[in-house]
Amino acid sequence: MDALVLARIQFAANITFHILFPTITIALGWALLFFRLRWLKTGDAGWLMAYRFWTKVFALSFALGVVSGIVMSFQFGTNWPGFMERVGNVAGPLLGYEVLTAFFLEATFLGIMLFGHGKVSERVHLLATGLVAFGTTMSAFWILALNSWMHTPAGVEVRGGEFFVTSWIEVVFNPSFPYRLVHMLLASGLTMAFLVAGVSAWQFLKGKANASSPQALRFGLTVGAVLIPLQILAGDMHGLNTLEHQPAKVAAMEGVWETQAGAPLLLFAVPDQTARTNHFALGIPQGASLILKHDPQAEIQGVNDFKDGHPPVAPVFWAFRIMVGTGVLMLVASWGGLWLLRRQGWSAAQLPRPVLAGLALMAFSGWTATVAGWYVTEVGRQPWIVQGLLRVDEVASAVPGAHIALTLALYLTVYAALLLAYVSVVKHMAEKPVPMPEGLPPRAAPATGAAA
Amino acid sequence: MSAAAFDWATALPVVFLVLMGVAMLAYVVLDGYDLGVGLLLHRATPDQRDTMIASIGPFWDANETWLVLGVGILLIAFPKAHGLVLTALYLPVALMLVGLVLRGVAFDFRVKAQDQWKPLWNLAFWAGSGIAAVSQGWMLGRYITGFAEGSAAHLFAGVIALLLPAAYVLLGACWLVMKTEGALQLLAVRWAKWAWPPLVLGMGLVSLVTPVVSTTVRDRWFSMPEFIALLPIPLATLAALVLARVLLNSKMALGRLCWVPFVAVVSVFVFGAIGLAYSLFPYVVMDQLTVWQAASATSSLAVIAVGCAVTVPAIVGYTIFSYRVFSGKVRELSYA
Repeated sequence: MDALVLARIQFAANITFHILFPTITIALGWALLFFRLRWLKTGDAGWLMAYRFWTKVFALSFALGVVSGIVMSFQFGTNWPGFMERVGNVAGPLLGYEVLTAFFLEATFLGIMLFGHGKVSERVHLLATGLVAFGTTMSAFWILALNSWMHTPAGVEVRGGEFFVTSWIEVVFNPSFPYRLVHMLLASGLTMAFLVAGVSAWQFLKGKANASSPQALRFGLTVGAVLIPLQILAGDMHGLNTLEHQPAKVAAMEGVWETQAGAPLLLFAVPDQTARTNHFALGIPQGASLILKHDPQAEIQGVNDFKDGHPPVAPVFWAFRIMVGTGVLMLVASWGGLWLLRRQGWSAAQLPRPVLAGLALMAFSGWTATVAGWYVTEVGRQPWIVQGLLRVDEVASAVPGAHIALTLALYLTVYAALLLAYVSVVKHMAEKPVPMPEGLPPRAAPATGAAA
Repeated sequence: MSAAAFDWATALPVVFLVLMGVAMLAYVVLDGYDLGVGLLLHRATPDQRDTMIASIGPFWDANETWLVLGVGILLIAFPKAHGLVLTALYLPVALMLVGLVLRGVAFDFRVKAQDQWKPLWNLAFWAGSGIAAVSQGWMLGRYITGFAEGSAAHLFAGVIALLLPAAYVLLGACWLVMKTEGALQLLAVRWAKWAWPPLVLGMGLVSLVTPVVSTTVRDRWFSMPEFIALLPIPLATLAALVLARVLLNSKMALGRLCWVPFVAVVSVFVFGAIGLAYSLFPYVVMDQLTVWQAASATSSLAVIAVGCAVTVPAIVGYTIFSYRVFSGKVRELSYA
């Protein structure tokens, strides 16, 4: 394999591993603030226990996100030195603002949020929790501004191969940024919701439920049920935006090789890059034209039309179907789960075991959908690193392939071990019995104001 | 506007060089003490290990962020140097990252995983700290010589690869002298005394060898009257080292003056950084790339400078706040 492919695999492996954890922590930070506020308002120890348990998951996820994020910050330079040399004027300030406005904020206040009880007042502690959540969200803001700019560059001029900014407003609020930011924040919300619901369902299933489990299960299902229709809507709008700016990506998503009017919506197919056709195609006639252009006879451009390069079709096509399929499952699970829960008088313990098992199985469904979605958009950008302006092979590193292969093997081993450890530790923590907080009957009044 | 020959294109790269230097120094000092604590971990009893890790628990994450800022400024302000440096240091960077990954996740895993896995995560914590410290020392050694080829330059890097961990151990031990009490504090004093001689020996060696390895450094330091003017730097370093050592021998280090050895060792790092900065300037990569050759477009630097002017004081402010919240002797950490 040549060094470029290895560098791409290494970067993809790292960024895939990394995104798993921010996807959880962005939304979980806000959820923790909610749990804490509910506990202070209602005095229900279930909320306090939910807060304590999910704080542990948050701390663990955050640590994994931090360390893999540090690796990322180096790999920009080690894997794509040309990217920073050419696009540094754009990417530099956006990454810089992420570090300055988000990283330090979340990292510093995380210490107070995790260990500050009894050392600061409840009010300062709530503020610290809010700042951590705000920091994670700001981080997403800057990173998605840069990422969106790479898909839909705006506000720059290229002089002598180097990019110069003409308008920072246009750079940050580039055409795909609002859609991508909303899509990602909703993805984080859904990942968190299904993780919370799934872990709680697992606790019921294993007979390890505690006072936090019913609240957490209902919370997760409710958030999931509210967010999934919004996500479907946001995803559709994002898709239309992509059709406008990156039609080759949409052609690959839909598996359209030749430009055609009334393109079918393929439910299944095996795209063949060499024969430039699909095998075993099964689709709804005119469906793609209807969804993408709201006209069954509309013409959809095929990948063959993009003479200066188009993404590989099969990975984009499949990743898109995995993402959409997971989204549909989420819709069914959250709405169905909530409906059944209501029929049981909101008593989660009464839910049929297959329903609990289904929810537990979906604990990490957010990861599947998020990673698949990122593959659609990032593989779909190939062969460009900045759409239409700069190709990936122009910015690759001069590091020997053997070095990249060696470090790739190292990273993959470490990441595989950590992922296994993460999932098994979350499971272990979920099954570990927790005593009721001392001196707190389920509906006791909380000690507000003074430190607990 | 006055007609003074002030020119942002000349000044801004220097501003960022200073900021990068400060961020790197902050990283080395702050993550230095927690990596040092990690390196000492296997010498303590299980209970003491928990106390040691509790002393750095609220801080390590923010400490590491200084590395991201330092490398971030290198990436943002000096993209050409960033490519050059990180390509030259590709393998040690990867090793350091794996070390930092292991150390960082071990913080959480060791208290959350099943009991039978705790020794393994302690090992990961210790080994991760060691791998990161040795890699950083190697990188520093390679960087000082401008990635010079030849066995002498590599031997030099090898010496620094051992010296930096020793410095981290001294710093970490002094941190523990400040943050702990009782048996662990006495143990920390012993650790600090162990780490002191190799560090002093190493620093002396490096001070003698660097001018031999690099003619630029020799010209900078050993010409008159610069030599006289610069003398306070090595003298102050020596004074700080002696102060730390004398205090470690006295009962005062266990009582109210427990913070002095730590501050003295921190000042050794600060003096070392000033000396290094003087040796290098105006190069970002020794003898190869000056700060102005490596800099980004002035307009991009200005955009980040504005952000830094607002956020860096805020970062310093809430970092101090966090250290105040967790000031004094370490207590058991628990979420609540």
